[in-house]
Amino acid sequence: MKPIEILTQGLELLAALAAAPLFLGWVNQCRAWLQNRRAPSVWLPYRGIRKLFHKDAVIAENASPLFRAAPYIVFGAMLVAAGIIPSMGTRLPFTIAADAIALVGLLATARVFQSLAAMDIGTAFGTLGARREMMVGFLAEPALLMVIFVASIISATTALPAIAENLATQTLGLYPSLAFTAIAFTLILLAENARIPIDNPATHLELTMIHEAMVLEYSARHLALMEWATSLKLFNYACIGFALFLPWGISTGTGGPLSLVASIPVLAAKLTVTGAVLAFIETISAKLRVFRAPEFLAIAFMLAVLGLLVHLLLGA
Amino acid sequence: MLYLDSSLRACLALIALWALIGLAGLLRPMSLGFVGRLLFPLGALCGVALAVVTATSFGTPAEQSVLPVGLPDLPMHVRRDALASFFLFLLGTTSAGISVFAAGYFRRGEGTAPGLMCLQYHLFLASMGFVLLADDAYAFMVAWETMAVSSYFLVTTQHGLPEIRRAGFLYLLIAHVGAIAILLSFGVMQGGSWQFTFDAMRGAHLTPYWAAVAFLLALFGFGAKAGLVPLHVWLPEAHPAAPSPVSALMSGAMLKMAVYGVLRVTFDLLGKPEWWWGLVLLAVGLFSAIYGVAFAAVQTDMKRLLAWSSIENLGIVFAAIGLGIVFHGVGMNSLAALALIAALYHSLNHAFMKSLLFLGTGAVLHSTGERNLGRLGGLIHRMPWVAWLTLVGALAMAGLPPLNGFVSEWLLLQAFLFAHEVPRTFVNMILPVGAALVALSAALAAYVMVKFFGVIFLGQPREPTLARAHDAGVLERIGLVWLALGCVLLGLLPAYVIDALRTVVAQFSGVSLPRTGAPWWLLVPLAGRQASYSAPVLLIALTSVVLLTVLLVRRFYHHRVRRAAAWDGGSGRMNARMQDTAEGFGQPIRHIFGALFAVRRELPSAFDSAPRYRVVVSDRIWQWLYVPLGTLVQRTADTFAWVQQGRISTYLTYSFTTLVVLLALML
Repeated sequence: MKPIEILTQGLELLAALAAAPLFLGWVNQCRAWLQNRRAPSVWLPYRGIRKLFHKDAVIAENASPLFRAAPYIVFGAMLVAAGIIPSMGTRLPFTIAADAIALVGLLATARVFQSLAAMDIGTAFGTLGARREMMVGFLAEPALLMVIFVASIISATTALPAIAENLATQTLGLYPSLAFTAIAFTLILLAENARIPIDNPATHLELTMIHEAMVLEYSARHLALMEWATSLKLFNYACIGFALFLPWGISTGTGGPLSLVASIPVLAAKLTVTGAVLAFIETISAKLRVFRAPEFLAIAFMLAVLGLLVHLLLGA
Repeated sequence: MLYLDSSLRACLALIALWALIGLAGLLRPMSLGFVGRLLFPLGALCGVALAVVTATSFGTPAEQSVLPVGLPDLPMHVRRDALASFFLFLLGTTSAGISVFAAGYFRRGEGTAPGLMCLQYHLFLASMGFVLLADDAYAFMVAWETMAVSSYFLVTTQHGLPEIRRAGFLYLLIAHVGAIAILLSFGVMQGGSWQFTFDAMRGAHLTPYWAAVAFLLALFGFGAKAGLVPLHVWLPEAHPAAPSPVSALMSGAMLKMAVYGVLRVTFDLLGKPEWWWGLVLLAVGLFSAIYGVAFAAVQTDMKRLLAWSSIENLGIVFAAIGLGIVFHGVGMNSLAALALIAALYHSLNHAFMKSLLFLGTGAVLHSTGERNLGRLGGLIHRMPWVAWLTLVGALAMAGLPPLNGFVSEWLLLQAFLFAHEVPRTFVNMILPVGAALVALSAALAAYVMVKFFGVIFLGQPREPTLARAHDAGVLERIGLVWLALGCVLLGLLPAYVIDALRTVVAQFSGVSLPRTGAPWWLLVPLAGRQASYSAPVLLIALTSVVLLTVLLVRRFYHHRVRRAAAWDGGSGRMNARMQDTAEGFGQPIRHIFGALFAVRRELPSAFDSAPRYRVVVSDRIWQWLYVPLGTLVQRTADTFAWVQQGRISTYLTYSFTTLVVLLALML
C-alpha cells in the first residue's frame, strides 16, 4: 500500500464521519429556508448526537442482545460502506475487498439489522416500521443495483473506484442511459433515506412514519449511533451519486497529495448543491401514502432498467 | 472381473454402509436409545467420511465399474466423476449435520417406529448417493425411484392425519410423473442403439430435434423434482408434512439431485448443449425464483415459508445453469464456467442454509408444538442457541455479506454483467434484465428472512404456552452448529471453494475459468476485469469498526443501562397481540404482487358479535392447471369405467381377446 492510498482511505473515512451530520444539518437548514421557517443551526445534528451520548440508556425489559448490538452493527456497516465509495479519490486500498455489489450488500445488512432490532421489543410501531422499511428496501435495492449495473457495463467492472475513474477521465460524453439512471437514483436516494415523498423525517405521526417508527424504542447512546448512521447513510448515497454521475474533480490516477487536497472543496461544493436540491425536491413534493410507495419505487426500477436497455440499444 | 479404483469403491462402501445402518434399525425397532444414540450418529460419521473421500477426488479422472448386482444380463454400471463427487460431497456434509440433529430429535410416540424410520431415512440417503453414481439408465431409475418412495414414507411419518396422507399422495404423484419424463428422456437419448448405459448415450449422435426433445423431457422430469414452477405444488405440501430433519434432507439434498440430473443430461449425456436451451432454463428459473419468493413472503406456516423459499433458490440455481449454457453455446467459455460455478456454489450454499433453517424450525416445533407463525414470538429469550444459529442461516439466506449466500449471488451477477456481449441480437438485450430479476428475488429473500426470524424469535411471545419453551438438546445443537459453521466457512473462504469447483466444472462441461493468481483471501472471478471481493477483509473491517465504536463509547461516555417497560403511549394496555402478525408482514407483498395470488378474504360486518378476519392466499396455478387436469383425468376415467364389470368371466374375455389380437399382430 502506498502512502497516498492510506491517506485517501483515512481522509475519506474521517470526512464521512465528520461531515455526515453537517450535510444532514445543511439539508434541514435549506428546507427550513424554503418553507419560510426559521432555520435551525447546521450544527444541530452534532449537538443532538453529543447530548444523546451523555444520557443514560433506557432499554425495554424484554430487549434481547440483538437490540443492543444492532446500533453498533448498523453504524459499523455504514462507516465501512463509506470506505468503499470514492468520494475524494479513487485510490482506495479497501475497495479490493468490496465492490459495488458488496456495497449494496452492506447497506442491506444495515437495513436487515435495523429492522430486526425494531421487531425485537414487539411493539406495534416497531414491527410496522420494520415491515415498511423492508418493503421500501426490497424495491429500492434491485433498482440501485440496476443503476450500478448500467455504470458497470459502461466501464466493464463493478469496482466503484474504477467506474468513477473511467467516467471522470473520459472526454465529456453524454450518456443518455446515465440520464435515465440518474433520475432513478434520485428517487432511490429519497426513498432509502426516509425523505419526502416516501417518509417524513420530521414526523412522528403513526400513519406515515417508517424510519422513526423503527428507532422509537432506542434512547441515549444507541439512538445517537442510529442517528449518526442515518446521516452517514444520506452522505453515502450522495457520494455514490457523485461517483456514478458527477465524478469530476476527484483525485485519480497519478495525482499527488495536492490533488487530494483539491478534491475537498470540490466535494464540499457538490454536497452543498445536492443538499439544496434535495431540500427543494422535498419542499415541492407531497408525502405519498404508504401504498403509493411501491409505485414510486417501481418507477425508479423501470427507469433503471430502461437506462440499461438504452445503453444496450444505442451503445451509449 | 471387478476392479474398483479406491475412491469409487470407498463411495460405494459408504453408501452400502448407510443401507446397512438402516437395516440395523430393524434389529431393535422400538429402542430409541439404540436407533437415536448409535445408528444416527453412525450415519452422520458415514456422511463425514463420504465428504472426505469425495473432497479429495474432485480433480481425479473419472472411474467406471460394473457391479455384480442387477438383473441377469443387465448389470448395474457405476461411475464417479467430478460432478458426482461434488454432489456426493454436498450430500455427505449436509446429511452429517442433519443426522446428528435427527439423533436428538426423534422422540417416542410420534408416528412410525424409530427403527422403521431409521431404515427409511438411511435408505433415502443411500439411494441419493446411488443416483449420483449410477452410470446406466436402469441403475439410475432404480435409485431415483427408491429415493422417491423412501422419502414418501418419511413424509407420511404421521400418517394418521388425513392432510399428511394427502400431501404424501401429491408428492408421490408428481414424483412419478417426473420419473416417467426422465425415463422417456433416456429412451430418446439411447438414439436407436437400445443400449441404456450412459456410455452408449454419450456416443449416440442425436439430431438437433431429438436432442431438444430429450432435453425438454429431462427438464420436465428433473424440474418436477426441483420444484420449478408450475411443477412446484408438491413442495409446500410435502415439506411441512415431513418431520423437520426429513424436510431438511429433502430441501437441502434431494432437490439438488434434480440439479445434478439436468447438468448430467445436458452437458454429459447429450454432449454439447444448444445455446437456446439456456434461455428456456433461464426463463423457467427466473420465473420460479420470483414466484417462489413472493409466495414465501405471504406464508403463515414457517415450514411452508421455507418450502417456497426453496423454490426460489432452485430457480436461481437453474437460472445460473441457463446462463452458463447460453455462454457455453456461443463460445464464451470463461463466463460459462463462471455461471456454472455460481450454480454449483449456490446449490452447496442452499444445502447448508436451508437445512439449518429447517432444523431450526424443527427445534422450535418440538419445543412449542407450533408451526404457525401467528402463535410464536420472543423465542430468542427461551431458545438462545437455536435463535442465534438460525440467525446465521437467515442472514445467509438473505444474501448478506460476509456469509455464503452473498458469494454465489455475487458470482452470478458478475456473470450477468457480461451477458450483453453474447453475439445474438435481442438476446443480448434481454439477458441483462435477468440480473434485475435476480436482484429483485435476492432483495425479497431478505424481506422473507426478516419476517421469518423476526416473527418467530423476536418480539413478545404471542401465546402464554411459549413461556415453557426450552432450548435444543446437545445433539441437536451439534447438528445446528455444524451447518452454521458450513455457512460461515463457505462465505469466508470462497477462493478455496471456487478452486475446487473450477476443476469440477472443467471436467463435466469442458469450459474452464482461468486462474487469476489472486491470494487465498481475495476472490477475483475474471482476471483483468477489476472486480474483486474479500469476505475475510470485509468481516475484519466490520468487526474492528464495531468493536472500536463500542470501546470508544465506553471510554468517553459510559455504559449505564436502565431497564424499563416498553413505552405504550401511557395506556398501560399494550399486549403481544398488538405486534405485527405474519399476515400483516405479508400484506405489502400481497398488495404489490396481487396478480400472482388468489386471495380469499373473510371480513366481519359492522354488527358481528364475534368478528372474525381471515385471509387465505392460494396458488393460482393450482386452480388454472391442476384442477382442470384432475377433472379431465377423472372424466376420462369415468368414461372407461364401464369396462370394469366386476365379473371374472368378463375379465377373462378381455384377456383372451387381447391375446388373440396380439397373436394376430405378431404373426
